[in-house]
Parts: sequence; structure tokens; C-alpha cells
Amino acid sequence: MSTATATPPARTSPPPPRDTRRPGRLRRSWDKHWYAWVMVAPVVIVLGVLIFYPLGRGILLSFTNLTEANQLAEICTKSITGSEVCKPNPSAWEVVGFDNYVDLLSGRVGEFWRQFGVTLLWTVSCVVFHYGIGLGLAVLLNRPLRGRGIYRVLLILPWAVPAFVSAFAWRFMFNEQFGVINTLFEAVGLDRAEWFADWRTALLTAVVTNIWVGVPFMMVTLLGGMQTIPSEQYEAAEIDGATPWQRFVNVTLPGLRPVSMTVLLLGTIWTFNMFPIIFLVTGGEPAGGTEILVTGAYRAAFEGIRNYSLASTYGVLILSILLVFSVLYRRALRKQGEVW
Amino acid sequence: MRRTARGIAVLASAAIALAVAACGNDATEAPQKTDPAALSAELTWWDTSDPANEGPAYKQLIADFNKTYPNVKINYQSVPFGEAQNKFKTAAAAKSGAPDILRAEVAWVPEFASLGYLYNLDGSELLADESDFFATPMSSNKFDGKTYGVPQVTDSLALMYNKKIFADAGITEAPKTWADVKTAAATIKAKTKKDGLFINAGGYFLLPFIYGEGGDLVDAAGKKIVVNSEANVAGIKVAADLVKSGAAVKPPASDSYGTMMTLFKEQKVAMIINGPWEVNNVRNAPAFGGIENLGVAAVPAGSAKAGAPVGGHNYVLWSGMPQEKAAAAIAFVKFMSSAQSQAFLADKLGVLPTRQSAYQIDSVKNNAIIAAFQPVVASAVARPWIPEGGQFFGPLDTMATEVLIQGKDPKGSLDAVANKYKTEVVKDYAAS
Repeated sequence: MSTATATPPARTSPPPPRDTRRPGRLRRSWDKHWYAWVMVAPVVIVLGVLIFYPLGRGILLSFTNLTEANQLAEICTKSITGSEVCKPNPSAWEVVGFDNYVDLLSGRVGEFWRQFGVTLLWTVSCVVFHYGIGLGLAVLLNRPLRGRGIYRVLLILPWAVPAFVSAFAWRFMFNEQFGVINTLFEAVGLDRAEWFADWRTALLTAVVTNIWVGVPFMMVTLLGGMQTIPSEQYEAAEIDGATPWQRFVNVTLPGLRPVSMTVLLLGTIWTFNMFPIIFLVTGGEPAGGTEILVTGAYRAAFEGIRNYSLASTYGVLILSILLVFSVLYRRALRKQGEVW
Repeated sequence: MRRTARGIAVLASAAIALAVAACGNDATEAPQKTDPAALSAELTWWDTSDPANEGPAYKQLIADFNKTYPNVKINYQSVPFGEAQNKFKTAAAAKSGAPDILRAEVAWVPEFASLGYLYNLDGSELLADESDFFATPMSSNKFDGKTYGVPQVTDSLALMYNKKIFADAGITEAPKTWADVKTAAATIKAKTKKDGLFINAGGYFLLPFIYGEGGDLVDAAGKKIVVNSEANVAGIKVAADLVKSGAAVKPPASDSYGTMMTLFKEQKVAMIINGPWEVNNVRNAPAFGGIENLGVAAVPAGSAKAGAPVGGHNYVLWSGMPQEKAAAAIAFVKFMSSAQSQAFLADKLGVLPTRQSAYQIDSVKNNAIIAAFQPVVASAVARPWIPEGGQFFGPLDTMATEVLIQGKDPKGSLDAVANKYKTEVVKDYAAS
């Protein structure tokens, strides 16, 4: 009460001494850390322009029926003789609410559920093989052996080759008429396989390609992780009489956990959205059977008359799926006591 | 020898170009073109032809054009055919970066025109002698009663066959119907151990089977989807049966087209269904035995008729081009689509002229391959020239894979195509 009565005169009087009225928290923070804000500003602006603006726009678009054909409110036709006629577009775009989502999820438009199933199968098989093979190779390389450097270089090679080059190389190897794999099959007395005639074998060709492309990353990361495990732990285990398998299960795997969890999450997200391998190796053949969600979105966006709204709907759904997955994954980790 | 021949060709086309430019067609336009040198502009042209095989011939034509119009600079840019459509649409929508002149595939023109990306050419000099162009390729330039381009080359599908394999099998005449093809393939297999036929597993390449039974994809005038009609089912069954019976090689789902061309060029398959754009490729294939070994005949007939779809390219002008450049652009397109230029390209590349008058020029008249293709093109079936025309082929390709490779029932696959057309392509059309 007394402060309230004391305040009004204070306003007219000369500014109070500094220590009686300290500036606000934000102000203090700015005074002290202004350079930090200035430093982050470009990043915030770039993120805003490059990520949040398109993201927001994409979400808005998914509630419209915007396509390339109806984006203009009026279409003008110029004549080479000089005149110009403008007519209102009879089918200009409009807000359609959840129609796109209903169309897509009910299967009326596109093949969302088939693509979703293929995406899951593709992601799980790729990540399992990436991790398994990467771990195996890392274990092999994580001990003194002659020519280790050469092996490492050779094993990292697939990673150095641009993905599209690998994709074309593998597609050619799986070529039904001229590919080296069918030639090998014939040499050992097997029939030529029609790799791309069935979606399962077609998906297999893409999975094999992606494994080849992705294993080096897993291997290098896990190898790095292994080298951080203190050798004392292995010595102690050895003194306790642990077999190599026991050492692997009880020392190596727990020691790798922080690294593994991160690369598995990254690997899952990357593979889920791995566009070039599917697009270049199988091209969605046969008859769209190996299309995954991102290639489906691409076809909506860039084939024929571009359907921006449908592609956005795909994008929002893909993002939602990955968000849900990441949240669940984090929660599962936290439950296991992982600080993340 | 070759050099002199080329020299003469260049001289001849230059002389003709001069003659064309000098005399003009109408007296009314004469004052406008008294002095070609007065025309000055810089134009960008996107050429979507193959840069290695076809590009040099177009560059040569540009050089000839500049002999008459020294102050019109043509920026020749080779844009891969597969990318050009999207690239053009992106640039045109952004109103910057699109070329003044584009070589557009026939199905693109109505699409671009419907989006307002092209100049309408009505009333310009380019259409003054419109009746000289073949009606079917010309029709692809029309949209909504206006004309947006002039035909550059035309093509269609034909039965291309290996004369040597035919001779080895004792076949003296190209098959006229699909039933004949089946018999011929059996004979070829029995006598030469080679495969008879390869059908590319793509929707476009199945159109002869559909037209052969009198079918079509949609009835654009009646706004009706007819792709799953009984005639079409019967036609696709014929194709499926050719593969199933072994008369045709079972195509792979991946790179079916490339496989077809490789097998044909290596003389492992006797017949393919393909167009004149591959003539140069076959001619240059070392294993094929030269152009003399290539036979060309009309696509075999079904129970109704023999029909193949019309394809090709048109010259169009981007509506974002400043009006001041119009005169120069018209002069350029007029030169490039003149009968003499078309005859020059026919000579060099084996592509088919779109002007009737070009076929009166001796070099075209005496070209055996062009003579063989001419009736094919004359009877080619026009596709529905609507903006959605290009989108018909995605679902059809799926159908082709399902039927020819996976052995699915044609009726079910065609019903799925009709459903796709209704839900995604031509939503306002009636389903059959």
C-alpha cells in the first residue's frame, strides 16, 4: 500500500538511483548477452525463412485444392498480334478443409496405405541390416590386424561414391537381360530372376543397394563408439573369465548404447525419407509396387499438372509419422534411464 | 565427297531461305520484311532434341538463318527432353527465365496454353499457310479455338523389323495384322531361334492395340471416360496374348524401352513397335547391319483397323517474351518450320516433316525410310488435345506393367485406369 502511494511522485521526480529499480529480466539478459543474440540471429532468421515459413505454408496448402492449373485467379492469353484477353479462372483454387486428408487416407486418391506399408518394410529391413552389418564390420576392424587401414578405406568406399552413381550401378547389375547378377545365376545353373516383375523382389534390389550405400556410415560411427569403451572393462571381464561372446554382449553392447540409439534414430528417419535409391533403382516399378511415401509425394508434386495441395498433404502426413515415432522413441529411451 | 554434299545442302537451304524471305507469301506483308537486316533481337531457344545426334543439325539451321537475319541472335540451349516440361512450367510460372521459343512435345501445348504460358498465334504470318501442315499434327496446337504453335516434326508408331531375320525365316512380307505377327514370330522362332517381337511395356506403345479395335482413352467431345470399354479390353488382351504365347519377349518392368532397343540393335529380336526418332540410332548401331536392313511398315491391324498415336513436337512462343521481339521470333520459327528446313532435317536426321510441301522436295521423296513412314503418319490417330492429355499415361503405364509383365486380367487393370482418370485426371468426365 505504501509503495503504491509512493510511486506516482517518483514518476515526476528525477530518475531513481540505479540499484533501487533494476531493469527487467529480459533487459538484463540483453545487456549481458546481446552479442550472443546477435550471433544467433542469422540462424534464427535462416531457420525461419528456410524451415518454418515453408512448413507453415505447406500445412496451409494441404487444406486447399491448389494445383498448377488453378493457382491463378485469372488466366491471360496474349496474342502475338498484340492483344491480351484475361478471363477469370473458372476453377480457381479454394479451401477444402480436410478433403485432401480424407481422399488420401481413404485411398480414393493415390495409394497411401500401400506406400506406407512398403515404407515401413523398407525402413525396418534397411535399418536392421545397416546396423547388423555395420556392427559386425566394426567389431572385425576394432582389433589389431594386418592391413587394417586398407580394409577401412575399402569399406568406406561405398560412402564416398555419390548415391545416384551407386543406384545406377546396382540397377544395371540387377538388369534382367544384361545384368551381372542374372548372368551369375545362369552360370551356376539357376533361372534368370525377373527382379522387377514382382514388388517384393524389386524392393529387395532397392534394399540391397541401400545397404551397400549405408553400411559404411554405421560402421564408422560404431567403430568410433567402440574406441571410447575403456580397455580396462575388457581386461576386467577377461580376468573374470568371460568368453568373447560374453564380453561382446556385456561390455561392447552396453558401451555402445548412446551411439547406437542416436544412429538408429537417424538411420530410421533417413531411410524413411530415402528418395534417390527407390526412385533411381526401381523407379516405383512394378506398377507403383515399390513406391514409398516420399516418392509418392514427389509424383503428386512434379508429375503432370502439379498438385501442390496433395503433395503438401503427403508432406504433413510424413512429418507427423516421423514426429510420433521420434517422441515414442525418446520416451522409450527415457524409460530405460537414457539421458537424451 | 561428303563435304561437297554438305556444302551444297547449306548453299541450297541458304538460297531457298533467301528466296522465301525475299518473295514472301502475301503482298500485304511485303513492306514489313523489305529488309531482314533491320530486324534485331536476341532470342533464346530451348531445343529438346538429342544434343549429340540431332543438335548439330539444328545449329546448322540457325547459322543459315543468320545469313538472312544477321542481327537476330539465337541463344541455342539444349535442354534434355525429360526435364524441359517441368523446367518451362517453373520458369513460366515465375515469369522469368523461360525461353522465348520452345520445342514442345505435342501433349504439352494444350497444357501450357491452358495455363496462359503461350502466345496465341492467330492472325500472324506463321499461320498464313496453315493448310500446308498435316491436319493431325496441326490439331495438337489448338486449344479452346485458338492456335498456339506450329508443328516442328511429326511421328507415329510403326512396325520396325529386321529384313535379314525375315529373309532367314522365309518371310517375304511385313505382317498386316496381330494374328500375322503371331504366325511370323512362331516361324522366326522355329527357323532362326530368335525372338519375334518386343512390345515395350508402356501405355503409349499399347495404343495401337486399343485403336486397332476401334477404342480410345476418353471421348473428349462427349466428356466421357472410355478407357475400360470392351473394345479396349479386347485390344489389350491381344497384346497380353502375344506375350503369354511367347510370340513377344516378356518385357522387364525396369527399363523396358532400353531393353527393347538393345535387343533390336543386336539383332536378337525381329520386330519392335517404335517411331522414326530411333531411325538414326538404329542406323548407327554397329551390330544391326545398316539402314538397308531396317524394314518399316504400318502397325499391324486389330479387328477394326490399324492405328497408331500421333506424336511429335511443335514450336511455341512463351507469353512472357516482350512484344518487341515478336517479329524476330516469328521470322525464326517461320524459317525453322519452312519446307526447306524440314527437308534438311529429314535428310540429316530421318525425322518426318510436318508440311505437305516438304514431301515434294526430291531429297525427301527419294528417302526410303521417310517414304515408309509417310503413310503411317498420314493415318495417325490424334490424341485428345486437352490440358490433362499428358496425365493419361501414368495410369496406362501401370496397366501395361500389370498386364504384360505380371499377367493380370486386362479388364480389372483397365477398370483401375478408368477409376484413376475419374478421381485424379478428368474429374468432370462421366465414367463409362
